[in-house]
Amino acid sequence: MQIALLIIGVFVVLAALISLADNLIQIEAQKSGIDTTQNNMSIFPRVGDLVGPKVPSYTSKENFHVLKNGFNIILSGNAEGSPEAVEVTRFALKPKNYRGIAPIPKLHVAVGDEVKAGDPIFYDKSNPDINYVSPVSGEIIEVQRGAKRAIENVIILADKTQQFRQFDIPEIHTKNRDGIMSFLASSGIVNMFVQRPFGVIADLDVVPRDIFISGFNTAPLAPSYNDLLIGREDELNKAIDVLNVVTSGKVYLSISEESSNVLKSAHGAEVHYFKGPHPAGNVGVQIHHIKPIKSGETVWTMDLQDVLTLGRLFLQGIYDPERVVAISGSQIINPKYILTKSGAHIGELIKENQKQDNNRIIAGDVLTGVHQSEEDFINKDTEQITVIKEGDYYEPFGWLLPIKPRPSVSKTFPAFLMPNLAYDGDTNTHGEKRAFVVSGQYEKMLPMDVYPQHLMKAIMTGDIERMEGLGINELLEEDVALCEFSCTSKQPLQEILRDGLDMMIEQS
Amino acid sequence: MGLLNFLKRIEPNKKKSPFLHTLYDGFFTFAYSPNTITKGGVHIRDGMDLKRTMIHVVLAMQLCYLFGTYNIGHQHFDALGMYPGFLEGFHLKLAHGLIKMLPIFIWAHIIGLGIEFWFAAKKGHAIEEGFLVSGALIPLIMPPDIPIWILCVSIAFAVILGKEAFGGTGMNIWNIALLARVFVFFAYPTTISGDEVWVSGFEAIGAEAAQELSIAAGKYTDYGWWHTGFFNSLFGWMDLPQFSDYSLPVVDGYSGATPLALAYQGGWENVTATFSQSQMWWGAIPGSIGETCKPFIIIGALILIATGIASWRIMLSMLIGAIIMAMLLNAWGATPFMTVPWYYQFYMGSFFFAMAFMATDPVTATSTNTGKWIYGLLIGMIGMLIRVINPAYPEGWMLAILFLNTFAPLIDHYVLSANMGRRMKPAKTLNPTIGPASTNPEKEIAHA
Repeated sequence: MQIALLIIGVFVVLAALISLADNLIQIEAQKSGIDTTQNNMSIFPRVGDLVGPKVPSYTSKENFHVLKNGFNIILSGNAEGSPEAVEVTRFALKPKNYRGIAPIPKLHVAVGDEVKAGDPIFYDKSNPDINYVSPVSGEIIEVQRGAKRAIENVIILADKTQQFRQFDIPEIHTKNRDGIMSFLASSGIVNMFVQRPFGVIADLDVVPRDIFISGFNTAPLAPSYNDLLIGREDELNKAIDVLNVVTSGKVYLSISEESSNVLKSAHGAEVHYFKGPHPAGNVGVQIHHIKPIKSGETVWTMDLQDVLTLGRLFLQGIYDPERVVAISGSQIINPKYILTKSGAHIGELIKENQKQDNNRIIAGDVLTGVHQSEEDFINKDTEQITVIKEGDYYEPFGWLLPIKPRPSVSKTFPAFLMPNLAYDGDTNTHGEKRAFVVSGQYEKMLPMDVYPQHLMKAIMTGDIERMEGLGINELLEEDVALCEFSCTSKQPLQEILRDGLDMMIEQS
Repeated sequence: MGLLNFLKRIEPNKKKSPFLHTLYDGFFTFAYSPNTITKGGVHIRDGMDLKRTMIHVVLAMQLCYLFGTYNIGHQHFDALGMYPGFLEGFHLKLAHGLIKMLPIFIWAHIIGLGIEFWFAAKKGHAIEEGFLVSGALIPLIMPPDIPIWILCVSIAFAVILGKEAFGGTGMNIWNIALLARVFVFFAYPTTISGDEVWVSGFEAIGAEAAQELSIAAGKYTDYGWWHTGFFNSLFGWMDLPQFSDYSLPVVDGYSGATPLALAYQGGWENVTATFSQSQMWWGAIPGSIGETCKPFIIIGALILIATGIASWRIMLSMLIGAIIMAMLLNAWGATPFMTVPWYYQFYMGSFFFAMAFMATDPVTATSTNTGKWIYGLLIGMIGMLIRVINPAYPEGWMLAILFLNTFAPLIDHYVLSANMGRRMKPAKTLNPTIGPASTNPEKEIAHA
């Protein structure tokens, strides 16, 4: 008994000595200037380090966001390799890509005119200062019109060697915001901004609170940006300088673990690190976690590839909307990256690369992309073309015993046992449209403090105040696309949200 | 392929016979998932749909069905004093159970689905799958001897007034299965409360009739053609014991009281005098058809949680609420029922069944996660309170769940108000030195 007490006593004294020494070392470390929040100077591991996420060395805890909600849809046909240049002869400028302009803009040019890359093609009557410029040099061969004579495409036949209009680059150091804004308007670059809330084209009368750039794309089969950034650091940093003048606040760049060092070491932007499944790469989600949009505030966002185009404009004085597009999907024979320009003809991009079948060609990813035909052109923000099979087949007892594996967030499918299985994915709805029944499903797919189902109900009843209160200012269709994918009741959430956004636009 | 072509050929015309078309559509989509493709919005859709969700709930209940059906027979023979072991007289007990259970099951579905089909045809939309679950739940919460016509009236009430009047699946405020039961509870209380209704197959022979037949008054077995005609010939052919051809009396001193009724009268000692703990846990006790076997219900609950179909938050908070209230009542200890230790409260009654299948109905519960914690907690507390304090009926989950169904929108309203309030507050940034829309004088412009 007494020996046991003695041994315990010895252990207690030893433990006290070790603890004392440990604390003394920590005090000493703090005195000599070592940051103890980043470096653990004690011999005992900290609970936060064991349990919490690992903050990488190039960022701090406040700029490090781990998102739990969401889901990565793994589809087959991922693009691989470095981007290869492809000969595309036809390009188009599409007024429908710009939300907020009239369906019949006024044309500067006519069929048969020769234009250089950067020459104005059309303008909106209500804002004649903003030019919508040609992505390539060549000859205008057709002005395609759609319903009610609205202009669908202005088609340009590209020259073999491109000619660029030379712009007079304004000074940035003088921080002459007005001068820079009018330059951006006349060069057509200002249309690359997407204004939030509501996802309309940038309003020149408004100074945005901040500018957000998403440096990675988590959508299914989305391209990785690492290859296209090689050699373009100067353009990126120059663009960020320009953006700092454009906004009154900061430029935020959100990246992931796999992002290249070009992004990690960008100058002038506050870099935030996001870790999590899709939609962590959505700029709307990132804004919510960095600095949410409050009522009355406006922010602008820009795609990374457009940022590089902006940088090139300010470095070289030319408008060259080069884009890397991933050709991917289960129906593509050789999934690869292609270097082309904005507005390229789809048929020429996927020439001889499609399996012969009943296919659906999507400009964009399977969640937010647009269903287009081979005769159509990619949109201004298209970064991938996904080609999958149409799903117009009947499946016996498909809801009970599915034979073909299909992507699902539900654990009723045994697929969660094989988390890395890549699915072919087709367009079958796998069920019919029903009323909202299941609850909590959308919240699991959206890592934001928003209740999507109640927002949808508020939109359906047209309650503007409730919509605003529930967060419609923070959402665009791409943010609820994953919720729509997982919806058991097969509701068209993006369509409902679009109606709600249109209601809000009309309101303000 | 041949079957598919055949089915497509016999499709009734939608305009000329809407009811037949709806009926056809219901069975066709049951057999084949439709070939609709996505249009606008996302291009691929999740493989999960409402049919699949519903069928998993029904599958989770199947163990309760198996046990419940057999238990009907076991309780019947227990009252006769025959075949005391649980598995003795297996074929007889199973037969009796089926004779009692199948009519309830079949009629519940005929009435419920019939009404749903008619409304779907009238409104011109597809048959919605909500009744798959309600129809599977209703037989499990009814006493085994319930008159079929009362069952049908209650289901008609529940489906027409409780569901279709509000707009169909996904629009109802109250749990449909519980509405059916509460209708029987208030309109025909003697068929669903008391000590006599939980054991089936007996009829009471009054003093006068007994004198005429020169037997003692009391309860005697009430076998019909299915017992003495159909099953007896089947068992006779297989050389097994048969149902008795003449009426047998219930054993002296048998009361068909459920553990809850006994606890109300005399506390835990009174309960354990009649039933052993393991008997109560495994469910060889009188009660509603599906609610007695706790382990099978818990397995069903685990299936629902593992597949992500039912909310674990509601189940957990309901358990916590019930425990808290039971402990409070233990502390108070005014009546014999209140002195039943809180951990023994769960051996009795239908707590687990209500927790696993009734409270977690997503349409009638709160839809926000915070709301689910509050909802479950209140159901647990109020249900336990009603069970212990209610003098007329010693079980409270049906009433508690319907009560909270009424208040679920209110709970959601407050959760959403909190969310809206958070959103409308002035901006709170991560970096406290930068306010909203301010200029940052230290921005560096690195390149010349």
